[in-house]
Amino acid sequence: MAASATAIPPSTKSGRKGGTPTFGDVLRATLAKDLRLEWRSKEAINSMLFFALLVVVIFSFAFDLTAEESRRIAGGLMWVALLFAAVVALNQTWARELRNQALDAYRISPAPPEALFLAKTIGNFIFVILLEALMAPLFVIFYNLRSVGPPYQLALAFVLGTWALVSNGTFFAAMSIRTRSREVMLPLLLFPISIPALLAMVSATSTVLTGEGDAHLSLVFLAVYDVVFTIVGLFLFETVLHAE
Amino acid sequence: MKSFVIFALITLALLTFGLYQALVAAPTEATMGDVQRIFYYHLPSAIIAFLCFFANFGASVYYLAKRCPKSDAVAVATAEVGIVFCTVVLITGPLWARPVWGIWWTWDARLTSTLVLWLIYVSYLLLRRYSAAGQNPVLCAVLAIFGAVDVVFVYMSIRWFRTQHPAPVFGGGENSGIDPRMAHAVYWNLLAFSAMALLVIWLRYRLERLRQQVDEAHATRAIAGGSR
Repeated sequence: MAASATAIPPSTKSGRKGGTPTFGDVLRATLAKDLRLEWRSKEAINSMLFFALLVVVIFSFAFDLTAEESRRIAGGLMWVALLFAAVVALNQTWARELRNQALDAYRISPAPPEALFLAKTIGNFIFVILLEALMAPLFVIFYNLRSVGPPYQLALAFVLGTWALVSNGTFFAAMSIRTRSREVMLPLLLFPISIPALLAMVSATSTVLTGEGDAHLSLVFLAVYDVVFTIVGLFLFETVLHAE
Repeated sequence: MKSFVIFALITLALLTFGLYQALVAAPTEATMGDVQRIFYYHLPSAIIAFLCFFANFGASVYYLAKRCPKSDAVAVATAEVGIVFCTVVLITGPLWARPVWGIWWTWDARLTSTLVLWLIYVSYLLLRRYSAAGQNPVLCAVLAIFGAVDVVFVYMSIRWFRTQHPAPVFGGGENSGIDPRMAHAVYWNLLAFSAMALLVIWLRYRLERLRQQVDEAHATRAIAGGSR
């Protein structure tokens, strides 16, 4: 089936016939394949969207909030909903590569593993950002929100926070499919590590939504977190992929 | 085996002496009373837990670099013992805080960092437990490195973003002006519990080495063609 074909692109594209595919080739091919797959099946986005919607509705039933209260805690609710929803998509990232032994084929190919990791992370990033764009109006309606602080900071908080979530999430998903209890393992590994990022995301979001204080520090913190963990992930991914 | 017994006996003696120091020799604290004595267990446990996690990180890095099974055994032993001591810290802390601060728990930087550290290492042990035998040391070593990097972020994030909870003043401790008999109790208990931690780590290390050797023997026999 073409859907789970390996990520090795035709090397003729880069003009070096028969040579090993470059970083860019693998990145582009894997990303294009994942996006096409998602475009056709809409598997991840549908399940994430419905899951996040359920969490939002359940939260608003669980806490009967006034408009002011909801503005104060909406940042936290939003990120918890996104965190749970993202896990749904992250679990599928690598599981689909297990079909037809695509991941094994990748392992024996000379293609750079970092490119695979980066492509998967970018793919998940796009899915989750899309989810956020679709969920944002719902949050605004259900929790009576409006941005009191500068909106660009809110956008930045979502971009940086989402990257923190998916770069670690993609990495730990690759780890958890190697374990016996595949899907269960991912949140158990991802949530403890993500606590500092979650604190910063919630702090930045709540600051902008309530207009109290300055989100600058949390945004810088998130940016540093993103850079450090992306580097650690890129550095260690080959080890995880080849773990025997 | 002989050296192990000797070491165990020394540890027992140290623990007994430490108990005497903490409960009898050290004077009762002026404002907190006898509750303060839990501190003689709290601080040594915290120090040992952090040392264990640090050793775990070192062993994990070494394992990834050299793939030496001995360092993996060290990583298992230190992670497990570290979790036990970290749990002791998290239990004795609230026991002390309730009568002294009036609350069981506060989301202050030190407490929360310890809790998050504990969570990270519990997930580490879960990963050890539930991954296929062959690949689990590598995955666990990778997780240990992520955890160690994360600890820095945990501490900074809690200091910066949870400041609405004032950090309580830490009473009765390493501040200057501590009674020398109290200091003695701290040092003796630190020594005694370090010895005990080393003893347990040693035991656990040997157990893990034996397990590795058994696995290896099974693998060798399977390769040789024996299907029993």
